[in-house]
Amino acid sequence: MLNANGLSCERGDRQLFAGLSLALEAGGLARLLGANGSGKTSLLRILAGLTRPAAGEVRWRGERIGDLAEEYGRELAYIGHAPALKDELTVAENLAFAARLAGIVASGAQLEAALEVLGMATRAALPARVLSQGQKRRVSLARLALPGAPALWLLDEPFAALDEDGIGRVRALTEAHLARGGMLVLTSHQDVPVAAGSIQTVTLGA
Amino acid sequence: MTAAFAAVLRRDLLVALRRKGDALNVLIFFVIVASLFPLGTGAEPGQLRTMAAGVIWVGALLAALLSLPRLFAADLADGTLEQMLVSAQPLPAVVAAKVAAHWLSTGLPLALIAPVLGLQYGLPGDALRVLLWAVLLGTPVLSLIGAAGAALTLGVRGAAVLTGLLVLPLCVPALVFGAGALTASLSGLAPGPHLSLLGALLAVSLPLGLWAACAALRVALD
Amino acid sequence: MFSNFFSFASPQAFYPVAGRMIPWFGWSAALLALAGLYIGFFVAPTDATQGESYRIIFIHVPAAWMSMFIYLVMALWAGLGLVLNTRLSGMMASALAPTGAMFTFVALWSGALWGKPTWGTYWVWDARLTSELILLFLYLGYMALKEAIEDPQRADRAGAILALVGVVNIPIIYFSVQWWNTLHQGASVSLTKAPSMAMTMLAGMLVMALAAWMYAIAVSLARVRAIILERERGRDMAWVRSMVNA
Repeated sequence: MLNANGLSCERGDRQLFAGLSLALEAGGLARLLGANGSGKTSLLRILAGLTRPAAGEVRWRGERIGDLAEEYGRELAYIGHAPALKDELTVAENLAFAARLAGIVASGAQLEAALEVLGMATRAALPARVLSQGQKRRVSLARLALPGAPALWLLDEPFAALDEDGIGRVRALTEAHLARGGMLVLTSHQDVPVAAGSIQTVTLGA
Repeated sequence: MTAAFAAVLRRDLLVALRRKGDALNVLIFFVIVASLFPLGTGAEPGQLRTMAAGVIWVGALLAALLSLPRLFAADLADGTLEQMLVSAQPLPAVVAAKVAAHWLSTGLPLALIAPVLGLQYGLPGDALRVLLWAVLLGTPVLSLIGAAGAALTLGVRGAAVLTGLLVLPLCVPALVFGAGALTASLSGLAPGPHLSLLGALLAVSLPLGLWAACAALRVALD
Repeated sequence: MFSNFFSFASPQAFYPVAGRMIPWFGWSAALLALAGLYIGFFVAPTDATQGESYRIIFIHVPAAWMSMFIYLVMALWAGLGLVLNTRLSGMMASALAPTGAMFTFVALWSGALWGKPTWGTYWVWDARLTSELILLFLYLGYMALKEAIEDPQRADRAGAILALVGVVNIPIIYFSVQWWNTLHQGASVSLTKAPSMAMTMLAGMLVMALAAWMYAIAVSLARVRAIILERERGRDMAWVRSMVNA
């Protein structure tokens, strides 16, 4: 369903990668590996539609993602390095807004349940400012636990800053998603085994 | 689309409310600038009345300019801007909501304070009314053009000054018609045509400013 | 034929072509300028109302025309670059901007020098002069924005957006004398009606305008060659060296 063909990426004057192709079907997991600066984040951003590749195209269900615009946005969840939380809003408010952006209508109970999956329900009323890095990452991932979460997940270092408990929860969340037929592309320096129907590894900077 | 607009508007207003200092500083800056001019040029009543239009408008422009970095920079820094670009919502709706929130927290207070400053400058009642309408019509134009300018310079070194360099020339028509309306009213002429032209400017800058801001945001986050 | 045309969209292919074109445009500009100035200062008659001071028209009007024309061409190239994602388009737009700014400045300056003897003032805040001044700020803002953004692709695209937004200013400058009561005189030269000035004056103005156009092309081509070398440094240093050492 997700098809990337002949992607090449340039940052400044450096060419990070060229001729890269990737195909992902339901239940599939793609791991992006590579040293720092090899273009893992850039590739993820290209797949999300944030960055235009220097060459090549990305297609979702056969259509170019550039043509799909927010239709594609509805079917994907991109979570980058930054936790994307506003310091001035509470955890619950941040999650509610993220749900709205994703086009998910969620009740208070559903928001709380999603936070509980990531172990942050007790801190729902706290302003995001007081959270630790790991806690912020849990909240930013909580939107994946909402009902109606999208089919394609693009996660950049989802396990970063998480403790063992957090890693376990995220692993369970992603495995359930893949078992349901969802798709996942992730970058991770940590070797966290995630069970999936089909696993492919893309190594950059080789 | 309206749901997205409402959600982003509500969020931005909530954030602005919890950071009252930012909006307040802009207002205080406006008041200080407008108060500095009589000190600098001498407080002769006739002179003040002729200066009023220009001073109040330039003060409003500069104050609005000060508030522009807040529009996108904070969201860029914490990653929420990126989320808006990959979201399920059309970007123009999101940007329109941010501009609306910006105007409500910056432009509208400026517009409400302007007549008070007009009193300081000895403007009569009719002129104060015209001033209020002119600034109410003109500040959204500033917010729209300012949004385009802020998006173009997002994350660039020296963005604050560069934004001013880009935005101020494009705001000159608003300045000319806005101040012109006030001057017309003071001379006993009809301010209507100026205000209509200001309205037309608003109608033109709405699609143009939104298009430019959306395009520039995509370029900035590429 | 079109495939050949588009093959020149590569900066490296365009570089030598531009180099060959520059002397042609340069010499045309010089000869036309000589002819135009001769007509302007020796052939055209003394004006009935303004005497000799009107002769600055042969510099002022061509400069004003070019200031608007170059902006439109610049915006066109920038827009093309934005849509087609071609590097050379953005480079051409960058090359045109300084020349456009120069002509705008010359138009404003020569206009001021002309204004003093005829209107009694160097400057007046009417619609045409104000919008021409805004045009100068637009050029400067465009150059400043491109300069401030480090990534050349992002600079090209951001500059294109800015240039396109500023295009609305051009019709305002052009039609301002019709739309408002301004001190600046109305159009004496129109594409549809007969000119309301002596033929020799018109000829002089047109020749100078052509000279300015040739000059603008020559200078922009020279500038774009420098920009090409600078931008290609990171991608293909060997090619840049071969061009510089040749």
